[in-house]
Amino acid sequence: MSVFDSIEQARQALDRHEISAAELTEHYLRRVQALDSQLGCFLHLDRQGALEQAELIDRSLAANRSAGRLAGIPLALKDILVTADQPTTCGSKVLEGWRASYDATVVERLRASGAVVLGKLNMDEFAMGSSNENSAYFPCKNPWDLRCVPGGSSGGSAAAVAADFCLGTLGTDTGGSIRQPASFCGVTGIKPTYGRVSRFGVIAFASSLDQVGPLARSVEDCAELLAVIAGHDPQDATTIEQPLEDYRQACRQPISGLRIGVPREVFSAGADPAVCDAVERALAELEQAGAILVEVGFPDMSRAVATYYVICTAEASSNLARYDGVRYGQRIGEDDGLLAMYQQTRRLLGAEVQRRILLGTFALSAGYYEAYYAKAQRVRTLIRRDFSDAFAACDVIATPTSPTAAFELGEKIDDPLQMYLADVFTISANLAGLPGISLPCGFSARGLPIGLQLLAKPLGEGELLRCGAAYQRLTDWHRRRPENLESDGVSR
Amino acid sequence: MSAMDRYEAVIGLEVHVQLATATKIFCGCSTAFGAPANSQICPVCTGQPGVLPVLNGRVLRFAAMIALALRCEIRRRSIFARKNYFYPDLPKGYQISQYDRPLAEHGTVDVLCDETMHAIGVTRIHLEEDAGKCIHAAGGDSFVDLNRAGVPLIEIVSEPEIRSPQQAAAYMRTIRDIVRALNISDGNMEQGSLRCDANVSLRPRGEQGLGTKTEVKNLNSFRFVQKALEYEIERQAAILADGGQIVQQTRLFDADRGVTRVMREKEEAHDYRYFPEPDLPPALVSEALLGELSAALPELPTARIQRYVDQHQLSLLDASELNRERELADYFEAAVAAGAQPKRAANWIMVELLSRLDDARQPSNVSPQHLAGLLELIASGKVSGKLAKSIFAKMWESGESAEAVAERENLFQQSDEGSIAAEIAAVIAENPKQVADYRAGKEKLFGFFVGQVMKRTRGKANPQLLNALLKKQLIGEGPSLD
Repeated sequence: MSVFDSIEQARQALDRHEISAAELTEHYLRRVQALDSQLGCFLHLDRQGALEQAELIDRSLAANRSAGRLAGIPLALKDILVTADQPTTCGSKVLEGWRASYDATVVERLRASGAVVLGKLNMDEFAMGSSNENSAYFPCKNPWDLRCVPGGSSGGSAAAVAADFCLGTLGTDTGGSIRQPASFCGVTGIKPTYGRVSRFGVIAFASSLDQVGPLARSVEDCAELLAVIAGHDPQDATTIEQPLEDYRQACRQPISGLRIGVPREVFSAGADPAVCDAVERALAELEQAGAILVEVGFPDMSRAVATYYVICTAEASSNLARYDGVRYGQRIGEDDGLLAMYQQTRRLLGAEVQRRILLGTFALSAGYYEAYYAKAQRVRTLIRRDFSDAFAACDVIATPTSPTAAFELGEKIDDPLQMYLADVFTISANLAGLPGISLPCGFSARGLPIGLQLLAKPLGEGELLRCGAAYQRLTDWHRRRPENLESDGVSR
Repeated sequence: MSAMDRYEAVIGLEVHVQLATATKIFCGCSTAFGAPANSQICPVCTGQPGVLPVLNGRVLRFAAMIALALRCEIRRRSIFARKNYFYPDLPKGYQISQYDRPLAEHGTVDVLCDETMHAIGVTRIHLEEDAGKCIHAAGGDSFVDLNRAGVPLIEIVSEPEIRSPQQAAAYMRTIRDIVRALNISDGNMEQGSLRCDANVSLRPRGEQGLGTKTEVKNLNSFRFVQKALEYEIERQAAILADGGQIVQQTRLFDADRGVTRVMREKEEAHDYRYFPEPDLPPALVSEALLGELSAALPELPTARIQRYVDQHQLSLLDASELNRERELADYFEAAVAAGAQPKRAANWIMVELLSRLDDARQPSNVSPQHLAGLLELIASGKVSGKLAKSIFAKMWESGESAEAVAERENLFQQSDEGSIAAEIAAVIAENPKQVADYRAGKEKLFGFFVGQVMKRTRGKANPQLLNALLKKQLIGEGPSLD
């Protein structure tokens, strides 16, 4: 079977009956089964369910019935998204064996559009991490270099796209958890405006920051997925009611006259030279295509990191209280009394999760609330203001997605502060609720992908797609594939 | 009681009212009482991973109504907050409540106690969800029923302006009467729709500062509020009188023994780590909604009591007795609307009707129209006051009108002069000795003759007519039998 470079290509092949959804699904399932033991992308592969779904789609396609925008397109989901027909662990032992009684809204929407869900993808436990090493099951590895991390927390989602295990995935982004792994794995990932995509059925880490978004090979593929999952959800009171714009159309808009804000002194100070060079080259290409580069300010990044780690840990300490062994998931020590059951059950949570629960509990405690949580909320308001000032002069802001390319497994795991700094460029967008995208824009000397981040105003997804798609028409970074994965007998 | 002469009680109540919405505050599950355990639950109210709350609009509407009725300032954007603590009946590990920006603040409620109206300040009203229920079985196992988890509550916090246990009970009763008048809660205390925590401290009379308080939790009847506070005040007074100090505590009332007991000390108090609920936007109350609700606000019980005094010339005591339950007052007004004289209707309701009802909220077997009909028969002289009581008793049994009962039982008053005169003549003829004695000046015998005639007419003779005719006939001016 030939390789499909995009959802659009696969769509056309399916519509022309050149390939069946079942064949396409089988192709990806075989790849996963042959290669994923090296990578560790999947926590759960639903071979049977996926094929049944594909056959159902084939019957609709054979009858030339409209089977939905994503009919027959194989996708996979970060294991933070709740599914009724597959297990959901959120990368944690505490939810091992748990089966949800409902589907997340985004999952429902994917299914309604005919997508085939291959399985659930590896992640840092409860989305807490930047390397996927905090998965309670096994770390996921970077398809470009198996010694390196894929980034996190949606590491499995980014690596699965890079390894060509499916045509797209969903991840979640709380402080960069879609964009940073997309950057590390050389794929495209979008973190939508807070409230643009429903969080119903997304296991909460930090409720005011979490947002679901697509990862795929290209901006256009991401736009296809976003168009399906985005929009108001009556089950999520924080979703925005405003109708969606035409994302496919946005991808076709020329960029002449688009103003790109460049907070140059900020990113050149914080990022590796190779990363800066790649980003500078990308900006030059965009300028040549008609975009206008303007210098803009950027919120103070060290303050953003501090603010982020107060707010996200505070919210997490409350969101994770429900994993107490009383109602679902694992329960340990029930014969030893209630307190012992709480304590022993909660020891199932990993070190990083425990650390964040403790930090957040502290930040909300009587006597500390004002100094930490309340102050962080005020800084958050200032960060929003900084962005709104910057966007007065530009349509999008460009930075590196991450200060570095992927690092090695074990390199930062014992130094949480260093790990937290991997998110310096991405965190501010979550604090301000802004949409962001990461695009592959080059490679490090070691051959690891580098990502360009674009941010826009709230509900500015169209501008990101416009700029990102134009960039991908000019470059082929997003078409590169890791060469070191193939094994005998597996076509790609 | 000598200790109490030296101290004044300072009481504040936190009243929890369950709102009578059909569905829960943040999901679509039913709130019906008494369903089998865990039959009214869903992923949202059991706190499954990934779920989100969505505010039930009726809850906000109902809460705004009580806030208006208690003359509060209503916040146009109130904020939900998470109250974090671990308990098996609390599915999310936090309760969604309101904290520093509640729906309403600075209200007052008029409370009638000892025939005086007291204006008690309302500190705040906020919205929250109820928790579930733990059931501890005999074998040591515990079970959790989450039917109640997510049932909508409002908490009404009073200023510490209540000065006696009676006032506290009256305050709570007033709150209940108001929520029932507004139709936003059934106010059913047995089912836990209304319960309260009472804070109480003592201070030497004449002082303005506040003493150390204790809190008595979960009082679910007016009587318990009063009893618990009486006990607690006595307990504190005895400690203070002995030169001791009150320890700040949360206590529980043991209704069987009539005492309060320590539940936890101040040091064990939870740090609830409140913070704004990120899953819910501010609860918005528009001017339009407030206008609509204000315009539709029904007459409140205290206003109704005052109206009965002004309009129907009832005593304050009678007016408040009729307003003990909304149903009773509604009954009274329906009887008056059907033509009953208000004072008489009030008397009949309070004596005859209430003596037959276990609970003043029960529907009456005698409709208010039928009561008005009976009063009309009395007023027009068609039945005697005395017979009317037995007519009412029969109406209660059959549900018939007074006319129908009187007709069937032949209980109409006899006002026909001829036939009464005939009965009198017969009595005079049968009792010549008594007639002679009477005529000789033994006027006390008049009652004897009345009794005899009544006996012959089975009580139906019109008493006024009987008296007049009897008098005439006894002194010989009546028609002769000869």
